[in-house]
Amino acid sequence: MDTQRQLFLEGAGLSCIRDDRVLFEGLAFELYAGQVLLLEGENGSGKTSLLRIICGFREPDSGKIRWCGDAVNDSRFYTQMAYIGHLDGIKKELTVLENLKVSLALSKPGRYSIQEALKKVSLAGFDDALVQTLSAGQKRRLSLARLLITENYLWILDEPFTSLDKQGIALIETLMVEHCTNNGMIVLTSHHEIALHGIDVQRIHLS
Amino acid sequence: MPLPQAFFALIRRDLVLALRRRSEMINPLLFFILVITLFPLGIGAQPQLLKAIAPGIIWVSALLAAMLSLDSLFRSDFDDGSLEQILLSSHPASVLVLGKVIAHWLVTGLPLLIVAPLLAVFLGLPGHSVGILLLTLLLGTPVLSLIGAIGVALTVGLRRGGMILSLLVLPLYVPVLIFAGNAVEMAGTGLPVDAQINILISILLMALVLAPWPTAAALKMSIN
Repeated sequence: MDTQRQLFLEGAGLSCIRDDRVLFEGLAFELYAGQVLLLEGENGSGKTSLLRIICGFREPDSGKIRWCGDAVNDSRFYTQMAYIGHLDGIKKELTVLENLKVSLALSKPGRYSIQEALKKVSLAGFDDALVQTLSAGQKRRLSLARLLITENYLWILDEPFTSLDKQGIALIETLMVEHCTNNGMIVLTSHHEIALHGIDVQRIHLS
Repeated sequence: MPLPQAFFALIRRDLVLALRRRSEMINPLLFFILVITLFPLGIGAQPQLLKAIAPGIIWVSALLAAMLSLDSLFRSDFDDGSLEQILLSSHPASVLVLGKVIAHWLVTGLPLLIVAPLLAVFLGLPGHSVGILLLTLLLGTPVLSLIGAIGVALTVGLRRGGMILSLLVLPLYVPVLIFAGNAVEMAGTGLPVDAQINILISILLMALVLAPWPTAAALKMSIN
C-alpha cells in the first residue's frame, strides 16, 4: 500500500497557446492519492486542452507534467492512468462484451471483472447487445465501465456526466468516491456541480 | 494483458468489424475486378497485346485498389475515439499499429490474391506466369498496406486528405510496381526472376520492420 500512497501527479508552469491565444499560463497543481482535481471554466477556456496535455496527446507550450516525480513519457504512467474523453472510444458495430474485452486486452485487469463492472454501471444483461442499439447515456456508462475493469490509479475524465440522467450521475459519483477512498485520484472537467462526500476536491478555475 | 494478447485481440477486433461492415471489404475487390475486366473491352480483339500488358494491368489495378482501401485503416477509430485509447495503452503503439495493418491486409489485400489467378487467365497470361504473379502479389500487397499506413496516419486528421494521401504514397509504391511487374513479364518469356523476387522480399521485410514506427508517431501527431 505504501507505494500507492506515494503516487502523485504534478504540473508545473504549464501554459497552452492556441492560434496565438493564450489559454492559460504558469498553471501549477499537485494531486495526491485520494484527491480530485476539478477543472472549471467557460467553453473554450482550455479545460480539454489541459486534460489532453496531461494525457500526453499534446505538448504543453511550456512547463512539465510529472507522475511520481518522473516525466510522463515513461510507460509507467500509461499503465496507471485511464482517460475518457469527449469521444466514447467504443465501436458501435461491436457488442458491449466485445468492446470491454478489447479494452481489457490493451491494459491490465483491474479491480472488477467485466460482469461485475457491467452490474456496477447498471448495464447487466446487455453483454451481447450491439453498441449501436444503446442510448447515448448507456454508451457513456459503458465507456465508464472501462475504468473499472482495467488497473489504474488516475482517472482523467472530460465531462463524464454528459448525456447521463440523474441516476447515472449519482452512480458515477458513487464510483468516483469509491475510487478515491481506494487511493485513486481523478482529474475531471464538469459543468455540473458534483457531490463527492468526504473527498478532498481541488478546484482550478480557467478563464 | 501481455503484448501478444493485445496484438491478436486488436487483429480479431478489426476482422470482426470488417465482417460486420462488408462494404469496406468488397469495394476494393469489386474495383479490382471491374478495372481488369474493362481492359479487354477497351482494347478490342488483340489477344497478343492484352497478354503483353496483362502483368501491368493487374499490378496497377491492385495498387489502385489498395490505395482506395487505405482510408478505412484508421478513419473509424479516429472518428470514434478508439484511436486515443489504443495510443494510451501501455503497450508500444508501433506493435499495435502493425496488428491493425495486418488485419487491414487480410481484409483488403488477401481477397485480391484469391481472384487474381482467375483474372490472369482471363487476360491470357500463360500458366507459369500466374504462379509468379501470385507470388509477387503475396509479397507486394502487404508492402502497399504498410507504406500506405504511414500516409494515412499523417492525413487522417485532415478532412480532405485523399489527394495529399495519393501524392504522398504513390511515389513510394513505384519500386514495388516496377519489380513486381517486371518479374511477371520476365516469367512470361521464360527468364529467371529470382532477382526481382529477392528484391521484393527485402522490400517487404524492410517495410515490416521500419513502417510501424513512423505510422505510430504520425498517429500521435494526428490526434493532437
